[in-house]
Amino acid sequence: MRGALAGAMAVMLMAAGRMAFAADPVDDFGIPHVRFINDQIASAWSEAGLTPAKEATESEWCRRVHLDLIGRIPSVDELQAFVADKSPTKKADLVGRLLGDDYEDEYARHWTDVWTTVLIGRDVTNERVNRPGMRQYLRRAFSKNIPYDRFMEELVTATGANANRKDVDGFNGATNFLSGKMEEMGVENGVQATAKTAQIFLGTQVQCTQCHNHPFNKGKQNQFWELNAFFRQTRSLRRRDGTNDVQWVELIDEDFAGEGRNPEEAELYYELRNGLMKVAYPVFIDGTEVSKSGYLPATMADGTAYGVNRRKELAALIKTSPLFPAAIVNRMWGHFLGYGFTKPVDDFGDHNPPSHPELLDGLASRFREQSLDLKELARWIVLSQPYALSSRMTKANERDDPSLGEKPKFSHFYLRQLQAEQLYESLLTATQADKTARSEDAAKKKDAWMSQFVIAFGTDEGDDATTFNGSIPQALMMFNGDMIKEATSTGKGGFLDTVASSPMPNKAKIETLYLAALARKPAESEVTAANRMLAARRGDAIGALQDIWWAVLNSNEFIMNR
Amino acid sequence: MGVMSHEAGRIIVPGGMSRRHFLNHLAGAAALAAPATAFTNTILANATDMRKRHKAAILLWMGGGPSTMDIWDLKPGAATGGPFKPIATSADGVQICEHMPMMAQQMHHMAIVRSMSTREADHMRGRYYMHTGYVPNPNVEHPSYGAVIAHELADQVPQLDIPPFVSVGGGSVGPGFLGMTWAPFVVDSNGNVRNLDMGVDPARMAQRMEMLATIEKRFISERRGGSAEDHARILDKTVKLMTSPQMDAFKVMKESQEVRDRYGNSGFGRGCLMARRLVEAGVPFVEVDLGGWDNHANIFPTLQNQKLPELDKAMSGLVSDLADRGMLDDTVVMWMGEFGRTPNINGGAGRDHWARSWSVVVGGGGFRRGVVVGETSEDGKEVVSEAYSSQDLMASVLRSLGISLETTFTAKNGRPMKIANSGKVIKELFA
Repeated sequence: MRGALAGAMAVMLMAAGRMAFAADPVDDFGIPHVRFINDQIASAWSEAGLTPAKEATESEWCRRVHLDLIGRIPSVDELQAFVADKSPTKKADLVGRLLGDDYEDEYARHWTDVWTTVLIGRDVTNERVNRPGMRQYLRRAFSKNIPYDRFMEELVTATGANANRKDVDGFNGATNFLSGKMEEMGVENGVQATAKTAQIFLGTQVQCTQCHNHPFNKGKQNQFWELNAFFRQTRSLRRRDGTNDVQWVELIDEDFAGEGRNPEEAELYYELRNGLMKVAYPVFIDGTEVSKSGYLPATMADGTAYGVNRRKELAALIKTSPLFPAAIVNRMWGHFLGYGFTKPVDDFGDHNPPSHPELLDGLASRFREQSLDLKELARWIVLSQPYALSSRMTKANERDDPSLGEKPKFSHFYLRQLQAEQLYESLLTATQADKTARSEDAAKKKDAWMSQFVIAFGTDEGDDATTFNGSIPQALMMFNGDMIKEATSTGKGGFLDTVASSPMPNKAKIETLYLAALARKPAESEVTAANRMLAARRGDAIGALQDIWWAVLNSNEFIMNR
Repeated sequence: MGVMSHEAGRIIVPGGMSRRHFLNHLAGAAALAAPATAFTNTILANATDMRKRHKAAILLWMGGGPSTMDIWDLKPGAATGGPFKPIATSADGVQICEHMPMMAQQMHHMAIVRSMSTREADHMRGRYYMHTGYVPNPNVEHPSYGAVIAHELADQVPQLDIPPFVSVGGGSVGPGFLGMTWAPFVVDSNGNVRNLDMGVDPARMAQRMEMLATIEKRFISERRGGSAEDHARILDKTVKLMTSPQMDAFKVMKESQEVRDRYGNSGFGRGCLMARRLVEAGVPFVEVDLGGWDNHANIFPTLQNQKLPELDKAMSGLVSDLADRGMLDDTVVMWMGEFGRTPNINGGAGRDHWARSWSVVVGGGGFRRGVVVGETSEDGKEVVSEAYSSQDLMASVLRSLGISLETTFTAKNGRPMKIANSGKVIKELFA
């Protein structure tokens, strides 16, 4: 009796201890980097007095990890296989599969979508950018999972033709990153190339300092133009083919004579606000100077080498900069967790301190030690505790809400809308149209669909935004658009037809629709509502399923990553 | 409430079901966020109330940053002045560019503020600052003109189905902490709203909405964050919009040829005409976008041959049409971009970004008409009178619409935010 009581007491004490310290051992899958993330995040929770949300359900996590790693929701088969798996390492196993050979194409497609937007935006009107060429490069890069420093170097130093054409030699799709950023209104000065290279690969916004010293960080005007000097050997040449339209662009390096016509010390000039002109030579943002020569590397008759390739110098300096791994860690964290350590993810500086500085630095240096392998970085993040938390808030963590301007603490998963590309691919998966629809032609169809959401701002910088942002036009598209008409079509052999004509009872049919789109079974209230629709449309089961399917696809739950 | 009548298990689709009837069904079915009573009351409101006078504002947004010293504040004879000559206008003593002859006949309705002085000379930052009165801040997103004015004036036309903030051509700034309810509704200059046709009969649509509401409500009840509720609110609005006869306001082709000619056969002209139609229908804020002002090279032929003729025709058409219809006293018209352009003409015969001294134009509403406010130096590089900021301009616009400057919003984080960032009214703009 006494022993039993003591035992019960011990259990209660343990439970109490757990409540006090929330000290359930957290699975780190034996990966020290995952443990590092978990420890850092948890210590910020306890500092802020937050108790994290409970873990997301297995199905929720499974849907999440598919969306974030391969850009679509899981199929019913994939979901059920994961839920049925009894292995204690099933999460790590699934991540391993999604990052492995079986999903190589889908992984590459998703990250191609993500990086196409990062590198060249969504606007399709820049005649010097060849989107298929850009995509071709990115698909190869992500299929092969090339190290991130090589990726950066290939983009920053690219030369060649930007379009893959039978009549053109020297295709290099990587040129599309810079081919459309060298010239503005007839002036080929590489201003956009400078701004975007710094923003994307160094997480540093220098574009404001083009015209003046930055009002609230340490950015100085000379830094912008000294960085810009690295792009002055580069030219983006329009090639026409009997027609007046630009057919392709060739990105080349050539000797830069300098604005003072002295190629030994090839300088450029920029204008201060007071009208004075100042000179600039290539100097990296950390103050490292490189040769002032405007000549490309060559050898004199006597064998002496001279000259320098400025973009190659720049790539080498970016590689060794501590900002380089930090910028990609921040971007990737933001991709998976909804918010980066800074907002926006590409604006480091004293004016914008990160939410978790030690975690950011620690992950950056670990990422570099891990040979800058993007798949490894992704693995650490998706296996971490914050990524596994439910999006359901509790009293103990609801104040952790970065949409209110607070710094994120990642104490619950932040609900967010799917990107347009994720929605598109998820609709294909949900309707099992993916087997037939994912060809190169399909990429064109997807582009056409995407273009309806793009708003261009009419500036030289090619800024754009999307109306795929939870607004009425998006809701109208989901209510009545062609894509939804197709997804809810009752045509022979289509998804709804297959479900409707199967021998399953109605309840199982409804369940199938829910699993396919929402990765869960319907709740009682939903079964009741669905049965009402079936009863109302007696004799037209497929019509009722169509209405239910329409509702499921239009729901907040389908369109959110949660 | 039952959505459909049933007879022997078959749905009876009520033929000729009235819109009100349909919406009542949807109100019951959707009733997602808005209280159902408020929703139905708006439907029942008498349609003739629509004709009641209401305040509105139209922002003509010049994306890229127009060279205001070549349009509204010419410096003939100065080294920085450029080739354009000033001409007299219908406002006493007010001169503008020779390539704006039609607008020159309307200047008695307008006021030029020549003493804008701001600090944001980057497109993104300038667009944000001029739209919100705040400089960008990583921790809070501020609401733009459209969101603020729509928020303050939406109550005056409760039966409005069209979103209260319409952006023709995009390029605006969003609702910030006021939430997606006040987000710009973006249409192209032909007024095409995509995917408006629901493709199934209204009775069936109502059934679908009932099923959808079941899913939405369950998810919202799980407390996963505000974007779940936002989604439901947008669904409600979308349903209203889909079925509204007010959507006719987007159809500029319903205007006579004569009226359309007045605005010019350009995207911007059609956008301005649409703005007038939308304001007539009760929309409190319309922004019309005209890009292409980022003239780093060859600025003068671009302005003379392309930008100014299109602007002149459309803007003069809008102002005169509003005046003729007696709408100008209640409708504020604003013209601005994110900044001006450098007085110094660069090596490519262009002008670069310049925020220190530039002009905006306002008119209508409670503004004084036919005046010039402020002055710049002979070369255009300095404001030599009292300088005004984006927040001062915003305060003035709000005042001319009768919106209280004591209004304070509560940002989502609980911090109070004074409307127009505590800007000071530009006193010369009021009699």
